[in-house]
Amino acid sequence: MRVSRGFTGSRRGGEPGRLPPGQYDVGSNWPVLTAELTPRVDPDSWTLTVNGRVADPKVWSWQDLRALPPSTYSGDIHCVTTWSKLDTSFTGVSVDELLAAAGPLPEATHMVATSTTGYTTNLPLADITGGKAWIVWEHEGRPLTVEHGGPVRMLVPHLYFWKSAKWIETITLLDHDEPGFWEVRGYHDRGDPWREQRYQGD
Amino acid sequence: MTEPAPAPGPWQWATVQAVVPENRHVSTLRLVLPTWVPHLPGQHYVVRLTAEDGYTASRSYSVSSPPELTGIVELTVDRLPTGEVSPYLVDEVAAGDEVEVRGPVGGHFVWRGEGPLLLVAGGSGVAPVMAMLRSRRLSHPEVAARLLFSVRSPEDLIFAADLGPETTVVHTRRTPPGSARPAGRITAADIAAVAFDRGPAYVCGSSGFVETAARLLADTGRYDPARILLERYGPTS
Repeated sequence: MRVSRGFTGSRRGGEPGRLPPGQYDVGSNWPVLTAELTPRVDPDSWTLTVNGRVADPKVWSWQDLRALPPSTYSGDIHCVTTWSKLDTSFTGVSVDELLAAAGPLPEATHMVATSTTGYTTNLPLADITGGKAWIVWEHEGRPLTVEHGGPVRMLVPHLYFWKSAKWIETITLLDHDEPGFWEVRGYHDRGDPWREQRYQGD
Repeated sequence: MTEPAPAPGPWQWATVQAVVPENRHVSTLRLVLPTWVPHLPGQHYVVRLTAEDGYTASRSYSVSSPPELTGIVELTVDRLPTGEVSPYLVDEVAAGDEVEVRGPVGGHFVWRGEGPLLLVAGGSGVAPVMAMLRSRRLSHPEVAARLLFSVRSPEDLIFAADLGPETTVVHTRRTPPGSARPAGRITAADIAAVAFDRGPAYVCGSSGFVETAARLLADTGRYDPARILLERYGPTS
């Protein structure tokens, strides 16, 4: 093993194995590294659409979403820029709930999430079903702020955080994979932090 | 409009040829790469440090050198007082050391020669736009360019020797003697004075600076928001 002369590291500590490889604990910070200007999103006119390869395309208002059974994620999130935020929580609704209403067609294998800003990210359906993904509007008990994707963002905490699209508006089910904003710009198609899938080819 | 950017190459150990102080807290590391590929101005490299016991820490740093300078990359590093990687790079690393790097990375905040070119930078956010400015001087001198560079005080200036007539420096805390503009954060008037009416605009700095400057730029109505490209530096250290 080659070492960096004189480097000892100052961010050690915590439970061994808690952080995925190459990540560090950002503590109470929550960096904002969005590639776009923060949009102005009006919750009263905002809607979430699930369309594409579904039996029954659906549109929910924010009020509609809040009437669905709430679901909370408590755990960690990991950004590809190497920060991780531990023991945090988000509340919203499970993506399973939305898909159950829209009815994915048998040929549906992937999805693309699209934001107000035009940002997109792609995910296999296997990564957003079975209690692995949420549409959230609360962070640690408070309304999600706009710089962090509020009023409503996607949450897919087992993958790098660029997959958790801010200001989400549309979930489109597809019968094929369609790389999104960062995925066509050199980043990995799936982005599993435990396999350190940061860039294409990792 | 966007061509796919290739994935970065594998990790490699680069040799530090020089560490050049830019100001009290910013230094540029000139690295000689065994396997050099031309980067696009605006891209970054990841630096990975490994301790004796195998502990590693990785952070990203923008390339400030132009791709016309073959065989090397210059990474400009702002030393964050509570950082883990940046104090090591600025204080410990010396010429002759080897540093593990991977890159170039990033396919969004990149310049491919389009003009006129507007650059807006806060503090060490000037690093990737300096790569653009330098590349323009060498390969696209016909492209009109302006840089609006916000720093706290005169002694916080970076790349002072490389800033030409295309650059307007604004000071947020303290101005040099005789300055016509009072110290203060970037304003709509500052932006209006440099904005073109077309072409790409690149805004880089802290997340707050970028949000403010890009909003002012969008509010001029002279730019398609899709052509205002942002690079936010987080408190990653």
